[in-house]
Amino acid sequence: METFPFLNQLLQFLVTGLTVGAIYAMVAIGFNIIYNVTEIINLAQGEFVMLGGLVMVSVHTSLGLPLLLAFPVTVLVVTLVGVLLDRLAIRPIRKPSVMTLIIATVAASIIIKGLAMIIWGKSPYDLPAFSGRTPIDIGGVIIQPQYLWVIGFLVAVAVGLTLFFNRTILGKAMGACADNPDAARLVGINVRHMVLLSFALSAAIGAVAGLTLTPIALMDYDRGAMLAIKGFGAAILGGLGSFPGAILGGLILGLIESLSAGMLASGYKDAYALIILLAVLFIRPSGILGNLEVTRFKRF
Amino acid sequence: MLRIRKAPMLAGALLILVFPWIASRVPAISHYPDLMVFAGVYALITIGLSLLMGYAGQISLGHAAFFGIGAYVSGVLTTQYGVNAWLAMLLGALAAAVVAVAIGAPSLKLRGHYLAMATLAFGIIINIVFREEARWTGGPDGMVGISGLTVFGYALDSAGKYYYLVWGIVAAVFLFTVNLIQSPTGRALRAIHASEAASAAMGIPIARYKVIVFTFSAVLAALAGSLYAHYMNFINPATFDLFFSIKLIIMIALGGMHSIWGAIIGAIIVAFLSLEWLHYFEEFEIVVYGAVLLLVTIFLPEGLSGAPAKLMARMRR
Repeated sequence: METFPFLNQLLQFLVTGLTVGAIYAMVAIGFNIIYNVTEIINLAQGEFVMLGGLVMVSVHTSLGLPLLLAFPVTVLVVTLVGVLLDRLAIRPIRKPSVMTLIIATVAASIIIKGLAMIIWGKSPYDLPAFSGRTPIDIGGVIIQPQYLWVIGFLVAVAVGLTLFFNRTILGKAMGACADNPDAARLVGINVRHMVLLSFALSAAIGAVAGLTLTPIALMDYDRGAMLAIKGFGAAILGGLGSFPGAILGGLILGLIESLSAGMLASGYKDAYALIILLAVLFIRPSGILGNLEVTRFKRF
Repeated sequence: MLRIRKAPMLAGALLILVFPWIASRVPAISHYPDLMVFAGVYALITIGLSLLMGYAGQISLGHAAFFGIGAYVSGVLTTQYGVNAWLAMLLGALAAAVVAVAIGAPSLKLRGHYLAMATLAFGIIINIVFREEARWTGGPDGMVGISGLTVFGYALDSAGKYYYLVWGIVAAVFLFTVNLIQSPTGRALRAIHASEAASAAMGIPIARYKVIVFTFSAVLAALAGSLYAHYMNFINPATFDLFFSIKLIIMIALGGMHSIWGAIIGAIIVAFLSLEWLHYFEEFEIVVYGAVLLLVTIFLPEGLSGAPAKLMARMRR
């Protein structure tokens, strides 16, 4: 395949772009779960991803727990942080408004980030890849086995959430809160529990994204904000609140980032995704699969 | 706050005027005028930001970028193109205004968190530009050799002299803003904050007012940036990062976003916290900031400037 170096390179960018995009998609799904139930944009979403990676480092590498055990322990720890976020930062606010909620999640995110810096220090950590680092070579395009894990987890999360929201009473109750919290309360759904559950669920998905990303891109305490804003970009691109939109938006954003960083100035790698975010906000704020008319009826 | 009383303003002005003299008599606080220069620079930004947050009900998570635009326009134009410092300052403010309209006009038409997210993204992009365009900005290491300011040939070459320049500008901006709040524009802004639907029904062009306030706050931030650059003689991208935008939010929340006094009190407290008092906490510094912000949001949503009224109400009960 040496005759098509350009095509090979392009395919390589596509592969890495889809992988990174799958991570953004998971962060975007986390945004949507909380947004749908509470209409809060949780700016601490990226910290869940960062914690997922770093807690996994401690549990798997430092404590030596096997992968199959370290995985659920990490997800559980981060889920607990999500629960604490709701109980300690969101619920105590007496007069919630867009502004106070944004400020509260920003405050929570820098507290989590600061604590992570104290616990793990400033240096980045690596994790062993789940099934080794022997690359799979398909016609000159290199695929790390970990890439497949990332895509696989995105599929698992998507399928799991679809089943959860469509087939279980709990999932349907959460959906009802998203449609109309007052009506949900009237039919006997405990909205507070649903809000708590949404934070727990979205923290768990963030943790999964973080611990699968770490073997590819390392992890340090300072990564949360950038992951959050890119995940939000993916959510906006697909249409805020839409799960298929989050996946579509994440993958497109990952592809654009990978291709533009490869073809244009790579120093601006982080800027491209944000420029896309601004462009979507300005041109079509409802995103690809969203509906602006619906967002007009949201409280915030 | 509908009326701003004259007595506290006079008292504040007097305190600002005599403070360097007091500081020079007390060795323990002899370096405080230097800290107060930074506090004044921050106060210029927070006055505009508190108008945006407290009166227009919008939040910006990217004001560090406008601060940076002012600083870098001043730095680059004066060191590399020999432009007059005051003209460069004006051009920096103009650049910030153009950018603010471009960012604000589309996102302020939408509701809720859109301006927050747009400014957050914008702030990070601008910071990346500061780091990457090393030909002009010196990259991550920053740029040195930015000259001091002179007024009609008189060099403002000490903290004491610069103090009066910065706080003179703060006082002028403060007076202007107080008048603005009490003008029809200020009433329109309060109406928008209370209810967008009602004020739209009254014929107030909501989006236009919000863009005006956002642009005003950006211009003030750029002005502060120019003053900062000429005082420090050195700037680097780390000064204008996301964390500084968050620090500005902390200043506003701590001081109280519904009062212009709150903006100044918050700016002074955070300036002293970050430059003097929080050094003891070292690594914990960022956690302390987060905790302060969260506690104020939960327990003191009116900020420190709202605390006396709250206390009085409780005592009367």
